Amino acid sequence: MIQFFLMVNKQGQTRLSKYYEHVEINKRTLLETEVIRSCLSRSNEQCSFIEFKDFKLIYRQYATLFIVVGVNDTENEMTIYEFIHNFVEVLDEYFSRVSELDIMFNLDKVHIILDEMVLNGCIVETNKKRILAPLLILDKMSES
Amino acid sequence: MALTVVSQIFPREMIPAVLPLIEDKLQHSKEIIRRKAVLALYKFHLIAPNQVQHIHIKFRKALCDRDVGVMAASLHIYFRMIKENSSGYKDLTGSFVTILKQVVGGKLPVDFNYHSVPAPWLQIQLLRILGLLGKDDQRTSELMYDVLDESLRRAELNHNVTYAILFECVHTVYSIYPKSELLEKAAKCIGRFVLSPKINLKYLGLKALTYVIQQDPTLALQHQMTIIECLDHPDPIIKRETLELLYRITNAQNITVIVQKMLEYLQQSKEEYIIVNLVGKIAELAEKYAPDNAWFIQTMNAVFSVGGDVMHPDIPNNFLRLLAEGFDDETENQQLRLYAVQSYLTLLDAENVFYPQKFLQVMSWVLGEYSYLLDEETPEEVITKLYKLLMNDSVSSETKAWLLAAVTKLTPQAHSSNIVERLIQEFTVSLDTCMRQHAFELKHLRENVELMKSLLPVDKSCEDMVVDASLSFLDGFVAEELSQGAAPYKPHHQRQEEKLSQEKVLNFEPYGLSFSSSGFTGRQSPAGISLGSDISGNSAETGLKETNSLKLEGIKKLWGKEGYLPKKEGKTGDETEVPPVPQESIIMENVDQTIIKKDQSQVLTQSKEEKEKQLLASSLFVGLGTESTINLLGKADTVSHKFRRKSKVKETKSGETTSAQNMPCSYFSSSSDVTYEDDYYLDTLQDRGDKELNKFSLNSELLDSESLTELPSVEKLSSCTLSPPSLFTDDMEGLRSPSSTAASVANEISLASSLLEETSEHMHSDLVEVCNNETISVSSYKIWKDDCLLVVWSVSNKSGLELKSADLEISSAENFKITEQPGCCLPVIETESIKTFQYSVQMEKPFTEGNLFGFINYQMMDTHSVQLEFSVNLSLLDFIRPLKISTENFGKLWLSFANDVKQNVKMSESQAALPSALKTLQQKLRLHVVEIIGNEGLLACQLLPSIPCLLHFRVHGDVLALWFRSSCSTLPDYLLYQCQKVVEGS
Repeated sequence: MIQFFLMVNKQGQTRLSKYYEHVEINKRTLLETEVIRSCLSRSNEQCSFIEFKDFKLIYRQYATLFIVVGVNDTENEMTIYEFIHNFVEVLDEYFSRVSELDIMFNLDKVHIILDEMVLNGCIVETNKKRILAPLLILDKMSES
Repeated sequence: MALTVVSQIFPREMIPAVLPLIEDKLQHSKEIIRRKAVLALYKFHLIAPNQVQHIHIKFRKALCDRDVGVMAASLHIYFRMIKENSSGYKDLTGSFVTILKQVVGGKLPVDFNYHSVPAPWLQIQLLRILGLLGKDDQRTSELMYDVLDESLRRAELNHNVTYAILFECVHTVYSIYPKSELLEKAAKCIGRFVLSPKINLKYLGLKALTYVIQQDPTLALQHQMTIIECLDHPDPIIKRETLELLYRITNAQNITVIVQKMLEYLQQSKEEYIIVNLVGKIAELAEKYAPDNAWFIQTMNAVFSVGGDVMHPDIPNNFLRLLAEGFDDETENQQLRLYAVQSYLTLLDAENVFYPQKFLQVMSWVLGEYSYLLDEETPEEVITKLYKLLMNDSVSSETKAWLLAAVTKLTPQAHSSNIVERLIQEFTVSLDTCMRQHAFELKHLRENVELMKSLLPVDKSCEDMVVDASLSFLDGFVAEELSQGAAPYKPHHQRQEEKLSQEKVLNFEPYGLSFSSSGFTGRQSPAGISLGSDISGNSAETGLKETNSLKLEGIKKLWGKEGYLPKKEGKTGDETEVPPVPQESIIMENVDQTIIKKDQSQVLTQSKEEKEKQLLASSLFVGLGTESTINLLGKADTVSHKFRRKSKVKETKSGETTSAQNMPCSYFSSSSDVTYEDDYYLDTLQDRGDKELNKFSLNSELLDSESLTELPSVEKLSSCTLSPPSLFTDDMEGLRSPSSTAASVANEISLASSLLEETSEHMHSDLVEVCNNETISVSSYKIWKDDCLLVVWSVSNKSGLELKSADLEISSAENFKITEQPGCCLPVIETESIKTFQYSVQMEKPFTEGNLFGFINYQMMDTHSVQLEFSVNLSLLDFIRPLKISTENFGKLWLSFANDVKQNVKMSESQAALPSALKTLQQKLRLHVVEIIGNEGLLACQLLPSIPCLLHFRVHGDVLALWFRSSCSTLPDYLLYQCQKVVEGS
């Protein structure tokens, strides 16, 4: 089960965070800094999975942006690893060549996409068209 | 959109309100809406599974939905439900397999593909479900072999996500009932993972290997070299995973190497969580497989010095117990201990090394107990070393207490003891009260060397000591006191009760006592006093009963709980606590004479005061005496019931005089007058002061080990004393349930013969066939008896042959307590006859619905045995019985219940009037109508065996306002659901 989903840049600024298991607000920042520190300390040759306290971190780096997912030990790491890529592909398709700025200024949309894909800590949708369908409808409505 | 919100944040109270709406949406024409509805239901299932139980059928429909998305969404629900109870969904295996086959075969629309792999996440989810379903179940597993083989074959593409699928496949293959071909293929797959140059895959491979190796250790041999490589891998995560793998394959031969590697890793890692985890593992392995003593001790030393203070307290405790109790071979024990002592001394010799506190504690205990084994070094030298440590500022006061205890143990063996004297001097003026007591204790013991030697015997840490728990030597004194007109003592709680009846203010007396007195800072330790107050609060009763010359048997239960805990906390507790007790008793006997003389002169002015002190003393002794015996015996439960009942009887008997009413707190009020107290000690009884001091130091020692458990146990104990009847009822409950079941068994036996009568007497359900085949058929029905639910299975033999050794077994379910009638195994079921099996079932905790599974075994003539499985559905209603009470009692009960639930329910047209609504409730739910007042009604029922639930309802037009109250927190929810079903459904 996915416990949290984080997007953090190299400077350690959190761009997006979503928790599927309740964590106290003030503990979140602490957790996030620890998480990003442990991710940054790893080189390319090392594997993308980290055992962190009682859960596992799976991270992928896209340019300056890290996407870190915390899961409990029942989850298959590689699944999540690929899921992150899937998520980025979806973002890429929606924003056409996504960048950190896109995410910063369209946080609501990123959230909608993420909510379509992950629910209660489970991956519920991976079909790109279907993920984007509701969002496109919303866009159409706001245009007209 | 609303559905998305629903599935993200939703309070469980609102579920009934929106559930119908969402159920409607399941039939919606758009796939996205159906999908969202399923997901919303999934959320409901997560937060309140019992409320959506009735729509399981709809989940099945969703699983068969023509759209893939909806189907995929429903898989989450199934995954969860199967995880909880895999046996209930075996029949779905086929559908899951078909779905997976279609997915793997590429039958899905192209847009589900991810890097040209068809719906990988869906595949993984399905594989997981299959893994759960096929666990230990050959028949179900057989269904999946083909498709697993197929997925292993298909996942050839060289892409990360296929590896993810492969990994899941391997996992599934190894969790289901094994098939050699598949295992072989899976093993090959793992090989590919492990040998892969990609680091992520390597990690995955190791993880898979770790899992697989539990079933098949030989697989590790194939990958030996890779594992070794990984062990020296620069990435710590890979290393850790490898260690995890090694941990699984550890045995007596390879332990040394593996632990060596683990320790190396341990020394490098910084993170606390990893250290705690790894230290625990090493300690476990070391205890299990240690090849020799030296190695064991060294490993444990390393563990202690690295793990230090973060590690789990069990580890040092286990280690000490192992040392103390030893193995079968005595010489080996001695060697082990000797080695431990030597190694610790060497460690202590090293200058400027900082050891964690826990390690020092372990050292001091071992040195104190076993340094007599040393030949070349005298106890003095050991004491010198300990003394050096004691003077060290970095050592915490807790550790100092351990050290001082060790010194105390060593003193009798030492010949000259300058250091000890110096030590005493220094610590008798210490600011730390606890230390000061230890020092005083040591000082007084030193004055009487003989006594000391007998008290602190060498190597007796595990042997029991005989302690005069009944304090019979006090009897004479008390009798004398009584004859002089002192008021007989009353048990603590009795006085409490009496007082309560007079003035309600003193309600919280026991709590107040212990807190206020622990704030007390006299010459005695605050800790000692507060414990003293606890003891007096609890065992005053017992102690004084004895002094009332009632002979007390056995061990006091009240002390059982508290007394038992310290044992776990620290082994040393035993050694330090036990010895002084008899000593005190000896002093006590000597002192008794003086006390009495003194008392006689002071009888008029001080008798009360004196008596109270005596009482406290005796109660303290009782506490300690019993405590240590309990410590040593380690069990007190057997006598506990007897004692409790007895104490109750006695309490009713004991003193009626009211003059002693304010006794319980008087000691403390007087003792808060510190100066007086101290003067008194000093002037009158020097010896007694000694003894008190000892006593307090004992207490404080206790407290050291106990301080954590102190508060809860104080509360527990004070509640014990305040309400022995409640304890009593607990006991009774424990007793009642077997007796009631016994009764029901007896009933069953008698019933078996007269089944028809029985069924006509009680309400019963129709006969339902639960399973059958060509030879037999099993039907069941329920009899709702007043005191239990009786489930009857009748097995009829349809064939013309005799069935041999027919045996009906009901597997135990977590929510039900099942009692079978003896002799359920019938040797023979004759041709075309019917046999019945009866089981009485009780619900252990409220639950809307549950299944009772069972199977029947039988053997036909000359053939192998056949097994038929069946299940019976039991709902909450089967366990609800009317509770016949009066309106007054209803009112009383109503106020006493804390858990309430309110809900408005719309009634269907047909019964939109109070009487008819009542009637349906009465009939369908078996509620008892207590009274009807205007448009309000009172109903009562109970959940067997005896959990009452009250229902108040009021009718407004066609809305029924229901209000439940019960002593059980969950029952109202379930009942509400049932009521709703009845009222809305009809």
